[in-house]
Amino acid sequence: MWTQTKLAFHKLGSPLTFFRFAQALIPWLWGLTLVGLAVGLYQALYLVPPDYQQGDSYRILYIHVPAAWQAMATYIVMTILAVITLVWRIRTAEIMAMTAAPIGAAFTLICLVTGAIWGRPMWGTYWAWDARLTSMLVLLFIYLGIMGLYAAFDDRRQGARVASILILVGVVNIPIIHFSVEWWTTLHQGSTINLFGPSTMDPSMLPPLIWMTVAVKLMFGALLLQRARNELLEQDQRKKWTLQALRMSGHDS
Amino acid sequence: MTPRRRKRLTAVALLVLGVGTAAAIAITALQDNMLYFIAPSDIQTSELPPERNFRLGGLVEAGSIQRDSESLYVTFTVTDGAHSVPVSYAGILPDLFREGQGVIAQGHLDDAGLFHAREVLARHDETYMPPEVAAALDRAGAPHGVLE
Repeated sequence: MWTQTKLAFHKLGSPLTFFRFAQALIPWLWGLTLVGLAVGLYQALYLVPPDYQQGDSYRILYIHVPAAWQAMATYIVMTILAVITLVWRIRTAEIMAMTAAPIGAAFTLICLVTGAIWGRPMWGTYWAWDARLTSMLVLLFIYLGIMGLYAAFDDRRQGARVASILILVGVVNIPIIHFSVEWWTTLHQGSTINLFGPSTMDPSMLPPLIWMTVAVKLMFGALLLQRARNELLEQDQRKKWTLQALRMSGHDS
Repeated sequence: MTPRRRKRLTAVALLVLGVGTAAAIAITALQDNMLYFIAPSDIQTSELPPERNFRLGGLVEAGSIQRDSESLYVTFTVTDGAHSVPVSYAGILPDLFREGQGVIAQGHLDDAGLFHAREVLARHDETYMPPEVAAALDRAGAPHGVLE
């Protein structure tokens, strides 16, 4: 079992195997993402009841919260890939770690913008320099820093290794974001959804949150595989496997 | 695992450990500065210089809101259960502002102990429920919708 897992792991390190794997998975991931988003958004906007305090304004959380979770989950995925990059030097892991950064930055931005839109009517301000909001803004800057550092190197592999070190340094921010609302007093409220304890959201409001969260995870998978595949093809456009891969998917020239 | 990879893995582990320790020390040192607001009970202990700006956080005490009929001037009391501070404010209050709501007011204390707020923000709690559930809880006399 372990040797098989190890073999599959090593096989994915080969660009051609990765290309095939990505090609097979991407349509499924996008299909399921669209189904999840459609069901989730319909439930969030039409089926679930309004909140007793906020009325309909609270519905923005069905985008805000999955985006925030994904912004942090993306960073954790990148940290694992960065360790693989630095220790095992597997090229597809390097490329996946680097192509994940803009996706994480996008989710962070969605989280910040939807939060500001909600904050204006509810808190009375778009922005506050409290620990939660500030640490989330720092996450955006870390993502941008990783992207900039990677792009600054002519040698892509060297750039990926240097940027991976930055990923490892930045990972301390993830627990700070999560615990900021417990360690300090913040304007942002504490966690509503608790995996290890009671959640403070009425069960009737939960289904769309679950649908949207799963859909966003699948969307991340689709985007990551797609971006990594494209980056591989671009970097290897003069290599033999690329020609082989393009022939396989019916792009003869 | 080859010796070279083992060495790199050790380096990676040490890097994360080192950065984590540095962050933990920095956070501990900055503990007080990371607080977004302080509660009425903490004002006594925190020796603030007079006229110093800070954020006061707590609940709007029930029955304490007094609005001026001619202007936007309003006074209310912010409490954390143990201590309370009277607050004055002139301006538009957020939609969620009402009795029992968590609020954060920025301003300063005068010599008489009145807090002059320049800005008042509502703090939303982490509870979400439909109006019917809230009404049912009200009938049962269960507390909900208050800060912590």
